[in-house]
Amino acid sequence: MLKTFKVGGIHPPENKLSAGAVVETLPLPEMVIIPVSQHIGAPAQIMVQKGDAVKVGTIIAKQTGFVSANIHSSVSGIVQKIEETFDTSGYRRKAIVINVDGDQWEDSIDQTTTLKTDIELSTSEIIQRISELGIVGLGGATFPTHVKLSIPSGKTAEILIINAVECEPYLTADHRLMLESPDEIMVGTTILMNALGVKKAVIGIEKNKPDAIAKLTETAKKYQGISVVPLKVKYPQGAEKQLIKAIFDREIPSGKLPIEVGAVVQNVGTAFAVYEAIQKNKPLIERIVTVTGKSVSKPSNFKVRIGTPVQKLIDHIGGLPKDTAKVVNGGPMMGKALRDLNVPVTKGTSGILILNKKLASRKEYVTCIRCGRCVTVCPMGLEPFLLMTHGELQMWGDAEKNHVMDCIECGSCSFTCPAHRPLLDYIRHGKSNVGKIMRNRK
Amino acid sequence: MNRKLIISPSPHVKGTDSVPSIMYGVVFSLLPALGIAIYFFGISALIVTLTAIGACVIFEFLIQKYLIKGKVTIFNGSAIITGLLLAFNVPSSIPIWMIIVGSLVAIGIGKMSFGGLGANPFNPALVGRVFMLISFPVNMTSFPANRFAQIDGFSGATPLSIAKGALKSGEPMSDIFDKVGNSLNHFVGNMEGSLGEISALFILLGGLYMLYRGIITWHIPVSIFLTVFIFAGSMHLINPEQYMPAMFHILTGGLFLGAIYMATDMVTSPMSTKAMLIYGVGIGALTMIIRTWGAYPEGISFAILIMNAFVPLMNRYIKPKRFGEEVKNG
Repeated sequence: MLKTFKVGGIHPPENKLSAGAVVETLPLPEMVIIPVSQHIGAPAQIMVQKGDAVKVGTIIAKQTGFVSANIHSSVSGIVQKIEETFDTSGYRRKAIVINVDGDQWEDSIDQTTTLKTDIELSTSEIIQRISELGIVGLGGATFPTHVKLSIPSGKTAEILIINAVECEPYLTADHRLMLESPDEIMVGTTILMNALGVKKAVIGIEKNKPDAIAKLTETAKKYQGISVVPLKVKYPQGAEKQLIKAIFDREIPSGKLPIEVGAVVQNVGTAFAVYEAIQKNKPLIERIVTVTGKSVSKPSNFKVRIGTPVQKLIDHIGGLPKDTAKVVNGGPMMGKALRDLNVPVTKGTSGILILNKKLASRKEYVTCIRCGRCVTVCPMGLEPFLLMTHGELQMWGDAEKNHVMDCIECGSCSFTCPAHRPLLDYIRHGKSNVGKIMRNRK
Repeated sequence: MNRKLIISPSPHVKGTDSVPSIMYGVVFSLLPALGIAIYFFGISALIVTLTAIGACVIFEFLIQKYLIKGKVTIFNGSAIITGLLLAFNVPSSIPIWMIIVGSLVAIGIGKMSFGGLGANPFNPALVGRVFMLISFPVNMTSFPANRFAQIDGFSGATPLSIAKGALKSGEPMSDIFDKVGNSLNHFVGNMEGSLGEISALFILLGGLYMLYRGIITWHIPVSIFLTVFIFAGSMHLINPEQYMPAMFHILTGGLFLGAIYMATDMVTSPMSTKAMLIYGVGIGALTMIIRTWGAYPEGISFAILIMNAFVPLMNRYIKPKRFGEEVKNG
């Protein structure tokens, strides 16, 4: 029996169209747009002015406060302007626009690709370096990594879990990374173990990536304390709480963080970024992005500089297919629909998904037939049909009592509902209102 | 280039099931049972069934169009199921006008008066059936002879009512067994009864199809069967001369139709699995109480309707177990 989480979950069609596509490096764009808020937490403070010359790796915005992250230039060139642009979520954000000129890197960065396994830095130096080089969680939530590695006093980490589940349909960025850079991932994992002071790390991979499981299992033999656990294919297994339950069989109490049960979860892409930061002194300036969709002639995985406009990726695959109706930043279950294609790739962009009219349109919804499927599939054990009613009727007190804040917004309920009810839309509405009320109460 | 893109919150993909796909799935799963009813009772079974379906769909249309003046949703298949199940719950010899009246009650009072699909607290087909049972007791309890009737001199009564009468008059158990026929006959449906309830085998096939399609879960049927089995089995163990064996109770009296189709109606059954199990146990126990001590030989219709009344209460107080609610770490 393969491990998995117990409550709820769904099996959306996997559609991993680009799983066989080797990662290509996308040619440099003519300009990049680098938002100063690419992470959870306070926006970074801009350090450059119009006309400044920057290199690849030059710090251009500095973290403000503990939960924040540094931002580095991903290209060499001249700062053209600092303006407000829309980010992938549709919010206006400050961004630094840089005209690309050549490809000059900061001298401190080791550009070689030779594997470096010896770790020279101490625990505090590792965390310091990760913070300086702007590493954030690459699974999509973009939580600053140095914050996750700083264990609050009174708590101890027992286990490091590497999230290589990639349970979102279509996306294959992590899958390709595992096949192409297994040793770097292992060294990155070892560094993270050192930083946390744990002896044990487990890499969780779903069974639909047998080649990645085989490759990492083989590679892990060379490294101390790292093991690979194959998991049953089930969405949302990549959600932190569900993954800890599946691998470690512990449940994080409502409203608490993983460290409460002695676990720290890092994405496999983050482990790779940590390797590059510590061993090569390279800041987070590029990432792997899957560009895919049923009508895309050649679904691909690209290594992309942060700040590259999404349009550039689309151009590279030959433009938008004719039947395009929706472009999603991220996977189909939790990604965000883009309003225009000039938004930049940011640290959290794991994929660009192109959907045709049939897939993109919602169906008209009808009365709830009380089939209970939303209750069955909810991985948090909530009652989505009820929470939707609370949202519709603005019954915030009842929504709070029925634990609306526990919702992880995985979308399993909306996906499953045969009456096509927009359950998650109303639950989000409830979460934002209940959250506001709870904050005011303090 | 400024192409218009669709914007909406996630998720951006959708499962394949819809309300009509579920409803027609149920209709499809009932076809084997309809086939065996026609085989045993002849063409009258088909006429009664088609009349009930037609009446239910037409009444729903008329009420939605002219009384409520709202959206007409007769194509979602739910009225067809109500008609089918109502027909399955009456003798094939029922006069046509009675089944039409029953359909009007099922759709009009059982379903539309509460607001239509999704809002009705009681199973509409059962509302219609119980109305007919009370209004037309003679026609509803005399059954035509099955064309293969192997029990001489008996036609017009179901095995359950034969057994109930015989036990009351103190006949020895061995004689009763001769009269009611054996379990194999009950299982395939070679007995008297309502037109669609007789064959446990074919209803089970339909049930397995619904399980496979994910239309129903095992919780409600299994908890009903287990409760009846334990209840009837222990009574029989205590006094084998006074109480019928467990398998007899499970295979007769429409228990299969009730447990697999009537009790699992999505609208009128609980939402969470914990509540489903309690609901099933309640139906099983009430069925056996009515069969053993009540006035009617069969009890599952009443049992389901009574438990339907508790569903809103169960939904309110029996919650699914939340993630992280009970923390047992380490």
